[in-house]
Amino acid sequence: MAKLGSPVDLEKFRQQLVSQRDLNLPCVTICSGTGCQAYRAASVADAFVREIENQGLKKKVNVRRTGCHGFCERGPIVVIFPQEICYLGVNNEDVPEIVSQTLGQNKLVESSLYKDAKTDKSIAYESEIPFYKNQSRILLGNNRLIDPQNIDDYIALGGYSALVKALFELGADKVLQMVKDANLRGRGGGGFPTGIKWETARNAPGEPKFVIVNADEGDPGAYMNRSLLEGNPHSVLEGLIIGAYVIGSNKGFVYVRQEYPLAVQNITTAIEQAQEYGLLGENILGSGFNFDVKIHRGAGAFVSGESSALMTAIEGRVGEPRPKYIRTTVSGIEGKPSNLNNVETWANVPLIISKGVDWFKSIGSRGNTGTKIFSLVGKVNNTGLVEVPLGTTLQEIIFNIGGGIPKGKRFKAVQTGGPSGGCIPESLLDMPVDFDELAKVGSMMGSGGMIVMDEDTCMVDIARYFVNFLCGESCGKCVPCREGLRQMLIILNNICSGKGKEGDIELLQEISEVMQDASLCALGTTAANPVLSTIKYFRDEYEAHIREKRCPAGACRDLVAYYILPEKCQACLICLRNCPAGAIIGKKDTVHVIDQAKCTKCGTCIEVCPARFGAVVKLSGQTVPVSALGGTKVIRKR
Amino acid sequence: MEKVRLEIDGKLVEAEEGMTLLQAARKIGIDIPTICYDEKMAPYGACRLCMVEIGRNNKTRLVASCVYPVEDKLVVKTESERVIKTRKMILELLLSRCQSGPIETLAKKYGLEKSRFPGEDTGCVLCGLCVRYCGEIKKANAIGFMGRGVERGVAFLPEIAPKVCLSCRECFTLCPGGKVVTESLDGTWFPPLGWQKKV
Repeated sequence: MAKLGSPVDLEKFRQQLVSQRDLNLPCVTICSGTGCQAYRAASVADAFVREIENQGLKKKVNVRRTGCHGFCERGPIVVIFPQEICYLGVNNEDVPEIVSQTLGQNKLVESSLYKDAKTDKSIAYESEIPFYKNQSRILLGNNRLIDPQNIDDYIALGGYSALVKALFELGADKVLQMVKDANLRGRGGGGFPTGIKWETARNAPGEPKFVIVNADEGDPGAYMNRSLLEGNPHSVLEGLIIGAYVIGSNKGFVYVRQEYPLAVQNITTAIEQAQEYGLLGENILGSGFNFDVKIHRGAGAFVSGESSALMTAIEGRVGEPRPKYIRTTVSGIEGKPSNLNNVETWANVPLIISKGVDWFKSIGSRGNTGTKIFSLVGKVNNTGLVEVPLGTTLQEIIFNIGGGIPKGKRFKAVQTGGPSGGCIPESLLDMPVDFDELAKVGSMMGSGGMIVMDEDTCMVDIARYFVNFLCGESCGKCVPCREGLRQMLIILNNICSGKGKEGDIELLQEISEVMQDASLCALGTTAANPVLSTIKYFRDEYEAHIREKRCPAGACRDLVAYYILPEKCQACLICLRNCPAGAIIGKKDTVHVIDQAKCTKCGTCIEVCPARFGAVVKLSGQTVPVSALGGTKVIRKR
Repeated sequence: MEKVRLEIDGKLVEAEEGMTLLQAARKIGIDIPTICYDEKMAPYGACRLCMVEIGRNNKTRLVASCVYPVEDKLVVKTESERVIKTRKMILELLLSRCQSGPIETLAKKYGLEKSRFPGEDTGCVLCGLCVRYCGEIKKANAIGFMGRGVERGVAFLPEIAPKVCLSCRECFTLCPGGKVVTESLDGTWFPPLGWQKKV
């Protein structure tokens, strides 16, 4: 491929690509994001290729391995174009039927379609499935149309035309004004206005200047940056080149976690292909603008997602934050102006340039324009990536898109923003989700993690989980964060194991306040959020643990006991045989008893006890009744 | 050098641009406690004892004075209620890890007899003075941090330390725990090298 030397070359090339592609030709797309790959999507894709060849359809059908479609709960996902027939949970055995029926005879394969739980009707088209129907997938939408390893797919869809517009039509000043007018806010957590950040870096003295993509996504349960980088790497790259042009930078970095092998692979390929096409490197498209990008792989430190720590890591030192009283946009890598934005922020840039400020501002709520991708995980029916306009309510995201809570359980809370975020209770479900509203209730946007919890989740335990996570992931440099977290974990461990005492809640609050006030970086200042928000909304649970030694959710092992109700036990021997600790005593016709001294509280007995008996119960905060060992006769059910 | 004028604890101070709040305060004799600060080395901003309150009325915040640069017209309070409360908590947290030297003295000064927090007296508060002195001043890098988060610690580098430490020992006097560095060299760290007990 010869380098594209001008915008005309690019446009000609695009038209050539489009004319070569028959849009009416059926195309089978197989989601090959990390989620679906875990469901063996690669093998399903191979099976499609084989089967299409076997059935003699090779010339009539295209096969494409695409990026993440987002409905990860139901992978592997197969979408057949042009009709957009969506098959979920496809495995190798389903492939011959899909090929012969749908591709051969244009008939639907009922068994692999989405079935609506409420109406019991099948839904054939992706856009009609409730999970997708209620989303606005402006960023993720192209994932399903693109083979991320192939730049031609991106170009055919109009890719890099925003870059052309920025370089040749608008110029740096106008692009900057557009990003400012669109009020694009940083998608990495803080929600700082991107345009103002760019302007600071642009006006800051010092050469060279750097631009950086932050793909060091490390929140437990969050993977939206990963899917974007894996599924549509060129959209991020295009945004980065435009940003570099505005700021006046010739050198960019993509800081991506080594734990994301597919993302590393796809962005590496994307950069190589862009260089080959002349979209990166010297004199991009004949504009005179030079820009190159290097990949820096992270070494698995959560704190390296913090901007100053990330830049320290790029310099080749240990990823530890440094004081930011002088912004990194003024003094970052090697003390030079360095502009860092999140993956999702960069991916928004080409859209704003192509479709305009008014279009972008028409999405979202006041002061919070555009969409946000959330990774919806935890106790929710439709696990996956959800992209909605900012300002969409939690209710809409969790119930209409997420399909509510599994097994008919009750919703308890949703944790947003990862370890720096907070837990939001049921009473606030109608709250619009945007940067400002989340901060008001003591949580934050973070990078968009959303962990749903049901009635079986203990909120003290959740706070403990996040504090424990941060104890290992804080860099340990400053005292409030390191020692504060250490002591908070000790207190929370005590509370969860029944050793909590009066005054613990107040002490947690006291430590939190100092951590917020005095920590060196944002990891420390926000580390107390999970603790403070659970105390704020679920104080009664803390009190039950401390005063009554009771865990209301029945989740803290040290505070629960399993007990077999003598009047209900039918001596079926099932629990006795399944108990891994051998803690159940009993025999035929004799009521079974749990030996509390031996019981490891794994909960197997309660799971295996037949529902029609319901003889095993979980107790918390009360004394386990003494059972008559080896004696009581079974009271038979009639 | 440009001059800036700011107010610290009600006193007007003239300082040079590029100075830190701590330097400006010390210039006029205001004492701000520090553990990890040493004028010989670049400020580090880790112990957070030097926090001061800046701003006016309701718009104030705490900053680490050892790294915050002076600004014209800035209003600084080094002993406000919020500052004292923060310092006390930091000292109490440190006291659970180290009960000697300047930590002990400062704790007493701020009215702390005993920490409410459990912990063993390790003597080391991870101020990094030894690590930074060895790296920045001696350029030897014989001692460094290891681990992350609550697992963070300080260790001699076995490849370098035996060659340089015994003849240098300059970090010994810097250690606020007063003994950590010395005791680390007591032989338990490098038994194969046969170092003497108690240097």
